[in-house]
Amino acid sequence: MFRLRLVPDNTNIQFMRGRHAGLIVSAFLSIASVVLFFYPGLNYGIDFRGGIVIEARTPQAADFASLRHTLGQLNLGQVALQEFGSPQDVLIRLERQPGDDAAQQVAADKVRATLAQELPGTTVRRVEAVGASVSGELFFNGMLALGLALLAMLVYIWFRFEWQFGFGAIVTLLLDVTKVVGFYAITGMQFNLTAIAAILTIMGYSTNDKVVVYDRMRENLRIYKKMPLRELIDRSINETLNRTLGTSMSTLLSILPLAFFGGEALQDFGIVLIFGIFLATSSSIFIAAPILLFLGENRLRRNAPTENAAPAANPTP
Amino acid sequence: MLYFPRWKIFLIVAICVLGTILTLPNFFSRETLSALPSWYAHNRVNLGLDLRGGSHLLLEVDMGAVIRDRVEGLVDSARTQLRNDNVGYTAINPGDRGITVQLRDPAQADTAVRALRQLANTIGGGPLGGGQPDLEVNASGGAVTARLSEIALRERATQAIEQSIEIVRRRIDETGVNEPTIARQGADRILVQLPGVEDPDRVKRLLGTTAKMTFRLVDMNADPSAGRAPPGTDILPSSESGRAQTAYVIRKKVEVDGANLTNATAGSNPQTGEWVVNFEFDSIGARRFADVTRANVGRPFAIVLDNKVISAPVIREPITGGRGQISGNFTAADANDLAVLLRAGALPAPLKVIEERTVGPDLGADSIRAGLMSVGIGFVLVCAYMIAAYGLFGAFACFALLVNTVLTLAALSLLQATLTLPGIAGVLLSLGLAVDANILINERIREETKKGRGVFGSVEAGFSRAYSTIVDANLTTAIKMAILFVLGTGAIKGFAVTITFGILISLFTATVLVRLMMVSWLRKTRPAALPV
Repeated sequence: MFRLRLVPDNTNIQFMRGRHAGLIVSAFLSIASVVLFFYPGLNYGIDFRGGIVIEARTPQAADFASLRHTLGQLNLGQVALQEFGSPQDVLIRLERQPGDDAAQQVAADKVRATLAQELPGTTVRRVEAVGASVSGELFFNGMLALGLALLAMLVYIWFRFEWQFGFGAIVTLLLDVTKVVGFYAITGMQFNLTAIAAILTIMGYSTNDKVVVYDRMRENLRIYKKMPLRELIDRSINETLNRTLGTSMSTLLSILPLAFFGGEALQDFGIVLIFGIFLATSSSIFIAAPILLFLGENRLRRNAPTENAAPAANPTP
Repeated sequence: MLYFPRWKIFLIVAICVLGTILTLPNFFSRETLSALPSWYAHNRVNLGLDLRGGSHLLLEVDMGAVIRDRVEGLVDSARTQLRNDNVGYTAINPGDRGITVQLRDPAQADTAVRALRQLANTIGGGPLGGGQPDLEVNASGGAVTARLSEIALRERATQAIEQSIEIVRRRIDETGVNEPTIARQGADRILVQLPGVEDPDRVKRLLGTTAKMTFRLVDMNADPSAGRAPPGTDILPSSESGRAQTAYVIRKKVEVDGANLTNATAGSNPQTGEWVVNFEFDSIGARRFADVTRANVGRPFAIVLDNKVISAPVIREPITGGRGQISGNFTAADANDLAVLLRAGALPAPLKVIEERTVGPDLGADSIRAGLMSVGIGFVLVCAYMIAAYGLFGAFACFALLVNTVLTLAALSLLQATLTLPGIAGVLLSLGLAVDANILINERIREETKKGRGVFGSVEAGFSRAYSTIVDANLTTAIKMAILFVLGTGAIKGFAVTITFGILISLFTATVLVRLMMVSWLRKTRPAALPV
């Protein structure tokens, strides 16, 4: 009977051999991400920076040069044009207009009127205009959400596991989140409310993955009382490898259509989640587990004699 | 673990059937739905504005103006009150939150304090009294100050926002938008959602007008171009820029207030063919209007809207019927809008649009199509993987996934939660996350089988061992989504809603339902080996 196995059943990879490499690469990438966060920084979307986005569909393929010229004459600051989906679909982005919140409205109405006048037949499919006070609050709430989510995870894992596990999970989560932010910085994708949702989803997914691997380690700690921790961690990872990769696969497959058909708002979201799935899967193996190994070498064995006995034989539960 | 009493089986099947029944209305056309008997579920999933098309506006009430209004009123009434009580003063200065009266004779401070205290309104308290005055009056040297208290400011703000919501609702109802949502948000904001509105221009114009209308006399002796208004008057511009006379000197005293209007309709003047607005006063307004027009025949009478003079016709004869007509070179649309504004009443303070998100209906339809296609493809991909990896048990998981999606739709319909475009992404993502439970269980069953357990023993151990991990894993995501739901706004909330539903329901479908299917299959076929 054919069964698709992502890895053969009796895989026994010694992941902990790569523990130093894993941690160093991860730390390097995260530091690079933090640097990228400050310079050049993120491409904040209109949710967080304010401004105007208009999605228009022109009757023929849009003439970007003349469109840029026409809109440039309105004196509304920098106008960014982007083809989206088809050559007829144009995304017009305006910087936040100086002045109060109402100034955004005035500018958006101007662009609408100009489009109607200069390019008859153009339909405005979407308009978003966000003023400074609203974008400031959205940004604050977004950051608050990220902070609370980290805190909630800390508390949750604290209750659920020994502190070594909690520490490992949180450090890994921080490393993951910074890399996602770095991903936004490198790709120049719009960082907006959807990005916050993406980061929260990746955090949830990553923790979920760690919980499964940690659960198995804890179980094995009870079964193989004398096995060296390093071997035990490798064994636990290998045992859950098919599950870890299987869930990554199923989640990846479910997200894939989003990256292809998601439209302006969700395409980026899909791509970031795909990146996040790879990230979370690899960090369970190469980050969360080694941290535990470093922290727990002599502490995670309670009711076992300390001398290093030979690995226990296959137990019979 | 493997034994299901009959009532449990019945309950599980009943939940699935009920979910299907609740979901079906979403796939009926409107006609079919209205033809259904009344006991049948009629609730459909509420589509967000980003899917059905429409306009989302966030308005802010200018609270500064509300307080300024009250302070100005205070200046006027203080003047009258002090004059009645024979208190001499050199000046009454309006401040941020109150007024300062400079007394001519500091010895009169006590009298002045008493006089100003009378101006306070009582706020709070019940029918037995117990409220407190909204003014704090204090004397220091030759000056007496009256300040609005903290509670008074809050009370004012609450009043202003509630009144604004009412007026906004009336104005929007007049435009004929279907099923608008108008709700207070925070201390000074109003959220307006207008399904199906593609160009919210007219609504924004209507809401952006305060529509405070007053009828005031024109000061004929002053020259509007002089640049300085004589005491007790304002220089106000004409509402039309093209007019020969672009400014008027208008007396401050309001002769008749627009609040006394009972009706206003747009019409055309049969003689000139011009568009006009006809209005009617209530009894108080009619009496005042009659008195003023009787006393001022031959003089111009200005109709002022939001500090702009619409027109200033000369009174030809006393108007006693309580009816009148405003003409001001209107187009049909202008006249209609003005009539709407006058009927709905004036806003207590100006409103500003601080956020707009508008989606055209065709973009919404495109999004729905793309969303459905994505969910369909995602479902097929996940199922293909599950069956390839776990065979029959994978197929069980797929069936459970289908039930999960149906039940999620049912929950959305039942609770009238809003499905948004990010919400569809949530449905999609929960497809992947929901089968995680089945992957955990199936992997566990495989392991147990390899350890040499029997068929039933492996399944039993697989479920019981995987269960705590499943709950743990799903809880972490659910916590994140609860945070997102509380702190997120608009469409992104929909993402949190669908994922949370998907995950919670998966705890039922991926474990209980799948277990029932597996156990029934085991009992029926009694296989020698498991197909995982």
